[in-house]
Amino acid sequence: MNVESEIRQEEPKIAVDVSSIRSDSTDDSGKTGESPISIEVNDLSLFYGEAQALNQINLRVPQKKVTAFIGPSGCGKSTLLRCFNRMNDLINTVRITGKINLLGEDIFDPSVNVALLRRRVGMVFQKPNPFPKSIYDNVAYGLRIQGSFSKTVLDEAVEKALKASALWEEVKDRLNESALGLSGGQQQRLVIARAIAIEPEVLLLDEPASALDPISTLKIEELIFELKKDYTIVIVTHNMQQAARVSDYTAFMYLGDLIEFGDTKNLFTTPEKKQTEDYITGRYG
Amino acid sequence: MERKRLTFREWLRGGDPGIWLTAGTVSFSLIMVFGLLFLIMVEGMGHFWPKSLVRFQMLDATVSDRFSLGEIVDRETVTADQVRSAGIEVAEGQELVDRTLLKTGNRDVDGFDFYWFLDDHIQSRDFPLEVFTAEREEWGNFYGTALGIEQGGKAITMLENGLWTQINIRLDRKRTIKKRIKQIEKKEMGGVNYRLERLRLRLRKLEMASVPLSDNRYSEIKLERNELDTLYASLSGELSALYKKIDRDVLVAETINGNLLRLPFSTLVNVFQPNKMSLLDKVSHYFMKMAEFILDEPREANTEGGVFPAIFGTVMMVLLMSVIVTPFGVIAAIYLHEYAYQGKVTRIIRIAVNNLAGVPSIVYGVFGLGFFVYIVGGSIDKLLFPALLPAPTFGTPGLLWSSLTLALLTVPVVIVATEEGLSRIPKNIREGSLALGATKAETLWRTVLPMATPAMITGLILAVARAAGEVAPLMMVGVVKLAPSLPLDGNFPYLHLDQKFMHLGFHIYDVGFQSPNVEAARPLVYATSMLLIVIIVALNLTAIVVRNRLREKYDGIDT
Repeated sequence: MNVESEIRQEEPKIAVDVSSIRSDSTDDSGKTGESPISIEVNDLSLFYGEAQALNQINLRVPQKKVTAFIGPSGCGKSTLLRCFNRMNDLINTVRITGKINLLGEDIFDPSVNVALLRRRVGMVFQKPNPFPKSIYDNVAYGLRIQGSFSKTVLDEAVEKALKASALWEEVKDRLNESALGLSGGQQQRLVIARAIAIEPEVLLLDEPASALDPISTLKIEELIFELKKDYTIVIVTHNMQQAARVSDYTAFMYLGDLIEFGDTKNLFTTPEKKQTEDYITGRYG
Repeated sequence: MERKRLTFREWLRGGDPGIWLTAGTVSFSLIMVFGLLFLIMVEGMGHFWPKSLVRFQMLDATVSDRFSLGEIVDRETVTADQVRSAGIEVAEGQELVDRTLLKTGNRDVDGFDFYWFLDDHIQSRDFPLEVFTAEREEWGNFYGTALGIEQGGKAITMLENGLWTQINIRLDRKRTIKKRIKQIEKKEMGGVNYRLERLRLRLRKLEMASVPLSDNRYSEIKLERNELDTLYASLSGELSALYKKIDRDVLVAETINGNLLRLPFSTLVNVFQPNKMSLLDKVSHYFMKMAEFILDEPREANTEGGVFPAIFGTVMMVLLMSVIVTPFGVIAAIYLHEYAYQGKVTRIIRIAVNNLAGVPSIVYGVFGLGFFVYIVGGSIDKLLFPALLPAPTFGTPGLLWSSLTLALLTVPVVIVATEEGLSRIPKNIREGSLALGATKAETLWRTVLPMATPAMITGLILAVARAAGEVAPLMMVGVVKLAPSLPLDGNFPYLHLDQKFMHLGFHIYDVGFQSPNVEAARPLVYATSMLLIVIIVALNLTAIVVRNRLREKYDGIDT
């Protein structure tokens, strides 16, 4: 219900936003096939017990671009995102058919080490979830798990990650203070820093700004724009403006089906499917 | 504005009765708790105050029992019939009589040390200055007047007011000698005995292994034993010299009715004149007595002296229990909550764990005796201490079995509390760790368990609170009325898990119910109860402080 009203309010602004889509996304001439593929999803179906949540999804996520998943609540966009780092493994009743190739490797292969996969595919959640440790320890967490790095290596990595997530200037004097003392927006950027400190190849963002105020949201969006130089980013969002602003490609999902996938500008201005058009113009949510 | 009168129904529906009921219940509970603490404090703390000695002169009595001297313990009003039925005459027509309980001491003279006196029979009462109280190592207190001092059988002459200076000097001398005697008996001779016992064991082991007598280990043992025998002989020589020395002085005193008594200084613990004491003297005497209570060993079947071995035993047992129960409960809870498949079996296990907490503690005592002491302890003896058999080492109630039994009793509490703590940790924190490439075990170690420590400590607090007050099972698995030595000493292996120990809870029971002198023991029951409460509160407070420190660390976490 919330989502619905949110979308209705934004409706009139969409035209403006679409026109402000950054020009760099148009350089790819709208064809995903031309940039290298990072994640390849083939005939993916997912069931929670008997209930089917994803239905025969086929998708190519391009490398070092931002891909947004949009769609109404319960359409399966978060579920799809959580397939990419096998976060759905935590739920006992989940059954998956189909394939996901990450840089040419089948992630559902029994020989795959899930912990190693998750090091390659970082994830940021809807609500900021810093550990009750110091800022420094939060960012160093992933590296410490990988083994014993020297203090200087850790220091460098922490600084680099915090700089990359545009948090360094705000926290450099209080690295040893608890991360729980940061504001929500800072916490979310800290969590992003934590994820990129281990230098993943893909970064999954599950509604990263939905729990934040507008200014923090703006900062996160700017950050996403910076980060796509180095990472393949997949973002789930409820906010169509946000999808239009930050993404290069957009996938629209509805009731477990991938309805349409394409260049963000094209999808928002000239959607091919009726359902997509209805959704982005706010006819249903 | 006109205020409308509420009808009864409206009042009922407004919820006011509920508020009154709940508030009333809380107040009632508070009154009960504070009343209990207040009673125990007043009765227990008052025990150490030096009481004035009152002298009663009786109305119609023979010369030999005209006076009575002692401390007023209690006053009450009883019906005349009750007194008459005890064979004491009361004037006709009188229905109620007041009477006073006097602690008259001098059990060696009179045979009793508490007497009830009808107020009507007392002609006069006063507080003579020169009388004194002597706390003795046997026969309870003596009340009377000091006459002089004998040294080596001969009376020494001194100035009138020099008598008390002399008494104090000689009392100090006695204490110094006593201290040395104690040190020799407990520490030095105890150590020698311990080493002799180990030699005997070595010998016995050699014999059991049928090592031929020509083996040079026999001669080694013999050599060592000779050495120890010499040491022992010299110690016992010193000891008998000290005993002779300590018997040198005798205090000659007289009871209030003129019976002459010779009190050897070696039997005196403390001598003072309460009626001459200033307030400051009394205060310092009060704290001295309190320190004695906390730091000394009990005397006279636990009715006098201190309770240090009981404090030590209680704390030791609780600490040992905590060390056992915490890892056990926490590990069980981690498996149940994190790894076990959540199905019917885990549900049954949870129900069983909860029910285990409701089993009467004496049942645990029986189990501890049957399983730990006889089966486990017996097997340990057979395997590790065959040389000592048939005398049991671990096959008898002791500190280890008590701690284990109480650990079993409290483990459900720790499991439940830890599980609760684990389930309160937000899912997104676990996911955050997993998403960074941590395995489940790494997530547990680095994030989940540290965050669950406050809950674990809560479990430990509950466990300690329950264990420290538990007496019934302990009576079966290791607590005794009087333990000859502490379970911790200077002899290897320092902590003697096989030893029996004293416990404050059992001490209360023993002093209160098993004591030969109930009146004398009553204040001690209160004082010991208070001490037990203080110790439990202290143990709990420590844990609570630790927990709150940890909680602060995780404060503000978004759950």
